[in-house]
Amino acid sequence: MATRRKRSVPDPEELLGYYRQMLLVRRFEERTAQAYTEAKIGGYCHLNLGEEATVVGLMAALQERDYLFTNYRDHGYALIRGMDPGRVMAELYGRQDGVSKGWGGSMHLFDTDVRQLGGYGIVGGQLPLATGAALAVSYRDGDEVVMCQMGDGTTNIGAFHESLNMATLWDLPVVFIVVNNQLGMGTTVEMASAEPELYKRASAYRMESARVDGNDVIAVRDAASLAVERARKEQKPYLLETVSGRLRGHSVVDPAAYRSKDEVDAVRAQDPVASLHDKLVSGGVAGVDELAEIDADVARIVKAAVEFAEKSPAPEVSSLFDYTYATPVPNDSRRLPGEALFPAEPGNDSADPLFPVGA
Amino acid sequence: MAVMSYRQALHDTLRAEMLRDPDVFLMGEEIGRFEGSYKITAGLLDEFGPKRVRDTPIAEEGFTGAAVGAAMLGLRPVVEIMTINFSLLALDQITNHAAKIYGMFGGQRSVPMVIRTPGGGGQQLAATHSQNVELFYAFTPGLKVVAPSSPADAKALLLASIRDDDPVLFLENLALYNTKGEVPDGDEPAEIGRAAVTREGTDITLVAYSRMANVALQVAEKLASEEGISAEVVDLRSLRPLDRPTIIESVKKTSCAVVLEDDWLTYGIGAEVAASISDGAFDWLDAPVRRVAMAEVPLPYAKSLELAALPSAADVVTAVHQTLDAVGRRSVGAH
Repeated sequence: MATRRKRSVPDPEELLGYYRQMLLVRRFEERTAQAYTEAKIGGYCHLNLGEEATVVGLMAALQERDYLFTNYRDHGYALIRGMDPGRVMAELYGRQDGVSKGWGGSMHLFDTDVRQLGGYGIVGGQLPLATGAALAVSYRDGDEVVMCQMGDGTTNIGAFHESLNMATLWDLPVVFIVVNNQLGMGTTVEMASAEPELYKRASAYRMESARVDGNDVIAVRDAASLAVERARKEQKPYLLETVSGRLRGHSVVDPAAYRSKDEVDAVRAQDPVASLHDKLVSGGVAGVDELAEIDADVARIVKAAVEFAEKSPAPEVSSLFDYTYATPVPNDSRRLPGEALFPAEPGNDSADPLFPVGA
Repeated sequence: MAVMSYRQALHDTLRAEMLRDPDVFLMGEEIGRFEGSYKITAGLLDEFGPKRVRDTPIAEEGFTGAAVGAAMLGLRPVVEIMTINFSLLALDQITNHAAKIYGMFGGQRSVPMVIRTPGGGGQQLAATHSQNVELFYAFTPGLKVVAPSSPADAKALLLASIRDDDPVLFLENLALYNTKGEVPDGDEPAEIGRAAVTREGTDITLVAYSRMANVALQVAEKLASEEGISAEVVDLRSLRPLDRPTIIESVKKTSCAVVLEDDWLTYGIGAEVAASISDGAFDWLDAPVRRVAMAEVPLPYAKSLELAALPSAADVVTAVHQTLDAVGRRSVGAH
């Protein structure tokens, strides 16, 4: 194996770029939580707060041509992968200009242009899909890599084991990312996983794996880049576990009463955005004012995203049957709830043949 | 036109589609080295190699989902699930993913895949291997479900399914694999969503699909030759979409109907057909729509119990007699 630096020396411009991206996730999610409490956003809503370094580091490892599948905690990935923030917010608002045209919502962000193929609300559902996408790449001798993000709890589901097994058997260019934020909803990793060092589970499938500090954007980027480029060059799957924390509850509505103050304080002490801010200042990369300017800039982007979402119209009801099938098919039901299956036809056609009305 | 078995028609169609389109490939348990549990894929591994005839681990959820993912990138996987009973292990990938991806993401990526799987009891396979759960899939918008009853339909519907851009559950039947029939040459696909009137008649409509569509034809011939009763047979062929207009047209002609199904009666396909007839031909009906369906038990192993639980041709004849008697039409003979 070629020798490789454990950790590359970060370029100041690059670091500032990552800081800006992490702040975008932070401010977007804070604004999303606000919009949710204002009932502008419906359904379930899971935030990336506390996972900003992980999100940004992972996305930095992908090339444009690569594919990404994620779970339902997907807003940050969408923003950094390159979806338009206004269209992401419009999707959360359930509007016509949303990335999924208002059909998916928070958990189902999808944009074929940036090759982020969902956003999946069923835990573990994206794993076989990503494995199959990698199979398609391999089938066509492509050099794209598929990244498949999941949470820590997903490593307990059957689809995890089935997918890892197939990925190794078939030499697929897929990188599985376990974002270990140490909690399912309220269930800890130790309560749910017989092997709580989750990256070790890959060894059952002879898959290389590693664990990295998810609060360190450079460490995440380097580890993910190694995995992605190895998958690309050697057509081998990889599992990377990032360890970070969740600054809020499982979803916006969860007050996280199951966590002690000490636990919350510990997570806050490792806040990746605040940490990077302090590092940038203490390392002389940027001054407090310059970082505040970045923050103001990001705030403007988020404000514009909200304005775009607010202005975007609700999807037309006439489009309700547009996406059931890609290939049109006869006898496809297009009945609204209050409508009869066989609306009365004009004339006397639907009347009793023996006792016609009005006879 | 050649006479061949249902199995041969499936095999030849898979082979022809693989020759026609390099994006078509097969995956499933034991389909390559073992040549398929029911030998539909015999010889294809040798001809096309392991890339296009992919043996999978025993992991229905995993490999079905992998096919969905491959289809999202534009390939056309044809998955074999050994029997429809095992499709329950892939239910999440079929109903939550294959069926949803086109709609839930606003039509950005379609899922052009086929899941071939046989149903059918009556082989002394006991309760877990004798279910007919196509209903679960027919219930789900986003999926298409087809159920050919003849070698000709097996070919035409498989062509249509492979070329369709949506996920299609292609229902085969263990009891049909060895049945023979004429199969047209060429490669004309059927239209998914259209039923077929496979026998014209005037006294009563028999509605069925898959194996039971053949039972319906046999019963209709027997009723005609022995009793002069003219039964029309509607072979549904497509369970989603359901071709209600063809059913309604037939009932408007005959004024009564019996639905045959291999699955359980309660909440079954027959219930949907009966409700549709009630909606679309209420004023034409002379008798309640009868359903001939399986007894509501987990299917037993013992042959005596299995036979008692499964619907038979004799059960259909009884239902037809009772329906015609109720409206006083059998006693006066065929009209």
